[in-house]
Amino acid sequence: MAIELKIRVNEKSWSVDAAPETPLLYVLINDLSLKGPRFGCGLAQCGSCSVLVNGVETRSCITPVSAVAGKSVTTLEGLPEWYAAQKKLAKSPALHPVQQAMIDEQALQCGYCFNGMIVKASELLSKNAKPTDAQIRSAMNGHLCRCGTYPRIIAAVKRASQAMTGGVQ
Amino acid sequence: MKSRRDFLKSGGALVVGFSLRGVISAQDHSGAVAGPPDAKQIDTWLAIHSDNTATVYIGFAELGQGNSTALLQVAAEELDLDMSQIKTVRLDTNITPNQGGTYSSASIQRGGPQVRTAAAEARAALLKMAAPKLNAPVEQLNVNKGIVAVNGSPNSRVSYGELIGDKQFHLAFAGTVPVKSPAEYKLVGKSVPRKDMPAKVAGEYVYMQHMRVEGMLHGRVVRPRGQGAYGDGAKILTLDESSIRDIPGARVLRKGDFLGVVAPKEWDAVRAAQKLKATWDIKPTLPGNQALYQRMRSGEAEDRVVTNRGDVAAALASAAHTVSLNSTCPYQMHACFGPNCALADVKPDSALLMCSTQDVYGTRGGVARVLGLPLNKVRVQYQDGAGTYGHSCYDDVAQAAALLSQLAGAPVRLQFMRWDEHGWDNYGPAHVGEVKAGADASGKIVAYEYQGWHHNWANVETSEQLGLSKQAAEWATGAAQMVSQNCGGMYDIANFRLVNHKIPGLLYLKGAWLRSPLDLSFSFTSEQAIDQLAYELGMDPYEFRQHNIKDPRWLGVLDAAAKAARWTPRKAASDLSKASVVTGRGIGIGTHLASYGGAVAEIEVNKDTGRVVAKHLYGAIDAGQVVNPGNVEAQIGGQLVQAASRMFKEEVKFNTTNVTSLDWASYPILRFDESPEVTAVVVQRLNERSSGAGEEVMAACAAAIGNAFFDATGVRMHEYPMTPARVLAALKYA
Repeated sequence: MAIELKIRVNEKSWSVDAAPETPLLYVLINDLSLKGPRFGCGLAQCGSCSVLVNGVETRSCITPVSAVAGKSVTTLEGLPEWYAAQKKLAKSPALHPVQQAMIDEQALQCGYCFNGMIVKASELLSKNAKPTDAQIRSAMNGHLCRCGTYPRIIAAVKRASQAMTGGVQ
Repeated sequence: MKSRRDFLKSGGALVVGFSLRGVISAQDHSGAVAGPPDAKQIDTWLAIHSDNTATVYIGFAELGQGNSTALLQVAAEELDLDMSQIKTVRLDTNITPNQGGTYSSASIQRGGPQVRTAAAEARAALLKMAAPKLNAPVEQLNVNKGIVAVNGSPNSRVSYGELIGDKQFHLAFAGTVPVKSPAEYKLVGKSVPRKDMPAKVAGEYVYMQHMRVEGMLHGRVVRPRGQGAYGDGAKILTLDESSIRDIPGARVLRKGDFLGVVAPKEWDAVRAAQKLKATWDIKPTLPGNQALYQRMRSGEAEDRVVTNRGDVAAALASAAHTVSLNSTCPYQMHACFGPNCALADVKPDSALLMCSTQDVYGTRGGVARVLGLPLNKVRVQYQDGAGTYGHSCYDDVAQAAALLSQLAGAPVRLQFMRWDEHGWDNYGPAHVGEVKAGADASGKIVAYEYQGWHHNWANVETSEQLGLSKQAAEWATGAAQMVSQNCGGMYDIANFRLVNHKIPGLLYLKGAWLRSPLDLSFSFTSEQAIDQLAYELGMDPYEFRQHNIKDPRWLGVLDAAAKAARWTPRKAASDLSKASVVTGRGIGIGTHLASYGGAVAEIEVNKDTGRVVAKHLYGAIDAGQVVNPGNVEAQIGGQLVQAASRMFKEEVKFNTTNVTSLDWASYPILRFDESPEVTAVVVQRLNERSSGAGEEVMAACAAAIGNAFFDATGVRMHEYPMTPARVLAALKYA
């Protein structure tokens, strides 16, 4: 049965009317009208639905909405604010450095998988500011891209790492 | 022309007409004028707005390849606008011109000249309007960023917006105004950044999957998991509608053997589709992976000699060196990363349809047919989805959404589940190839023959087949005649023969064009045979090819790829190592239709585990005049990675009743851990006609990978994907 659930997404509280077992993804898309997380497989195989739950990359397509009650969900849209809070910046940037780096590398083709790519890379850099090539590949390995943009994503993660650690802005 | 004028006034707001929440008015299709708009009118192609910006109406879909940016560059170049002043709209059968489908990498090749000429004519018309206002003859006017000024009197000026802002040109598109020469280009040939990326990284971009209309229901199709033989459509045996009675608002919808569910909430539709109890009559008529190639090679086929020059048999008999090479190449799938999605609002006498089709006009025909509506009562709007790479399920999902909406009496948004998309795709057909080739003692190829077996593209979508009992049918053209240039056509060979064997496809999987259709199969086979000839002659494979090519453009891409990879002459497999992990390099050339592709692959083979990984792939494309080299470099990189995925990972698995590759575990694709480095080279030829660049280096890459494997191991792979099991078997029995 549908019940009223309170969830916290991108630092805002929402009250949603959904069955508790409803995957978080459907709530984010249909009730909150978010465009970042998106359906790819519904099986936690591809990563296109990824969000951060308390800073940890999570597949929203298999996560019941009830499981995030009391936790903080961050979607692609909320990454700049999430980054500002982490870095204690007075003002949040227009884009997270990973988002900016994806543009700078012209990494996207269709872009459908980039929600997950950006979310996962942001999580990685929050834990490991200067990942090696092997660490990037390993961290990102659960995220698929059909257009074949992996090389540019790796380059973009390195670029973002540099920007975040005071290198090239 | 009411809707058209309203549209012009709003500067695009009607088509893009969703609010911030992605909701459009369901009324947009009522009273609209059915397209396509008249291609002989300049107003069909572009509009100038009061704020001195322009909208260009382009009949090609943005699929992530960047064509919307590149075609705007072409238009901005001729109009002397900068890129910030120009935009386009998404395709719509009532708004955008019919330039044919977005396939065969044709956007720039076919669309470029039309957009360029229309823009040049509009500019000429605007100058004619400006002349009396500025009291100067047209010859003395110049344009910069849409401001027309008199030469030498920069203050005597008027903007495009002031001249015509939001009014129509009412001008016939004559196609006679001269266009700029490449020497005058300011924008064409520059790597202008893609316009769609900022919104895509920010989570603001509206994909098809985001579209919603008021009062709509969520739909899902219910089908057997994985398709059976194309000609033996599944039939419903039993259906228990009460099995979803507990799901709020869920309804079962059925027309013939077409079955679906709708519900107000999306999760309820997903649950209902999974829970609905239905049994199916499925015939065990597929060959399964085990018997596939044997059935293809031994069954009936329609044989057609595509090319026959000289006397191949005689030349082979007298050649100093001959090779014979066979290969078997699997079905592969589009595996659209975001399952196809469509939104249909079907009324008793009209329909509005949104989906990610590569051909809005083609899709309109199919939707009209399943709905029983006349063409001019169906409006199709294109909305970007995930990349399709050819004829993925977009027509099927559109027809299914249309049927569900018609049955429900309400707008329906239908998204395929992963198993629908994987299991009911139109797969790139399997192929069996056999090559014979011979060279004289000097290293000149004197004879070549390619024989290829495959079936054709499907012409009837699953939804129409199930819902209207329409008999499966294949195209009359298409793959029926595909054996082509990639089969040795780039070499200068006196005795040359190509034979196409078209297999009747109804007892196989449903087929369609998949990015660089059949080319990977052709080149994997043909270019390994060419390589083997070089080996027999003791020649370096790059030098052997140079020796046998006359066409400077084929030589150009071959040289460009070799140079990028710092190729040094060495006979293939002349440096074999006893180590467990060995490396190899290979070279190959190929294309899809009109362009030229060359590639070098550097790979690593683990002889103990059978794992093969591409370490670095180099690709060069000559596509004539390249409007946006940055876009083409990105396309080359994507093609190299996707080709590696297809050579190492991808094969549609099926048994005698159905496809069993239903998700990313049962149809693996390349991941980050095995992603190669890529080097892309654009061979720019500004004075040549533009040709395609979205798929023209994949064949060369497939060939280079095959040849690299031989260089590393001294063993030829005769089948792909080169999975560890196949590699171990090949090494063991070599």
